[in-house]
Amino acid sequence: MSARTPLGRARGLGSAKTGTGHWWAQRVTALALVPLIIWFVVSMIIVTGADHEAAKAFIGSPINAVLLILLIIATFHHGQLGLQVVIEDYIHTKWLEVALILSVKGAAIFLGVASVYAVFAIALGG
Amino acid sequence: MATENRPLSPHLQVYRPQLTSVLSILHRATGIALAVGTLLLVWWLIAAATGPTAFDTVQSFIGSIFGRILLLAWTYALFYHLSNGIRHLVWDSGKGFELGTAYASGWLVVVASVVLTVISWVAGYAVQGGL
Repeated sequence: MSARTPLGRARGLGSAKTGTGHWWAQRVTALALVPLIIWFVVSMIIVTGADHEAAKAFIGSPINAVLLILLIIATFHHGQLGLQVVIEDYIHTKWLEVALILSVKGAAIFLGVASVYAVFAIALGG
Repeated sequence: MATENRPLSPHLQVYRPQLTSVLSILHRATGIALAVGTLLLVWWLIAAATGPTAFDTVQSFIGSIFGRILLLAWTYALFYHLSNGIRHLVWDSGKGFELGTAYASGWLVVVASVVLTVISWVAGYAVQGGL
């Protein structure tokens, strides 16, 4: 016999209240990153050693700008999810664990937005 | 609650390392390294948006010996995490857990990560026209 209420069972979110959301987001972003990373590495090989104008031309072209923004979002989302699990596994002092997870998430949002802004500034500012 | 002094499992110092366990911890280690390494991409993008002087600074850092070593390590970590990540996605589909298959896919990841890193750097130097 389960002590879980019918509503709780229907929601399927378990005791951590987030269900499989974290696990699933980690896999979806991983799947998205497979083609994005291959594109990124090939692109970086091509623009290696580029001067400022050439780099701006690469970043600012519409397809590259869109793919870069998608790469940035998927990378930071995937990265902060992964770092959260590492912190949860190894940090057993609750206040420190929460502080580190919040710092990682805050840094991911800050750096992600800054990177997306840079791509927009180059693509739209010329 | 005194949660600080609880014993940790597994006891790494008494476990004999195996390919599967080493690759598993390497996946986590490369993940952490890549998260830190992403700062280089952020710096590169912001410098490009800022101007030629800022961009020259980041380019000369990447082009330095230290920068190249960092970038080589970053390339390997990326290809390792990518290859082993695909191995994990296959496991998530419920396939590949047999002992022989797990070892074969593990060695495949080791070879693929090295080969892809070498190909990328050879291609990078070829594009640049040498050292």
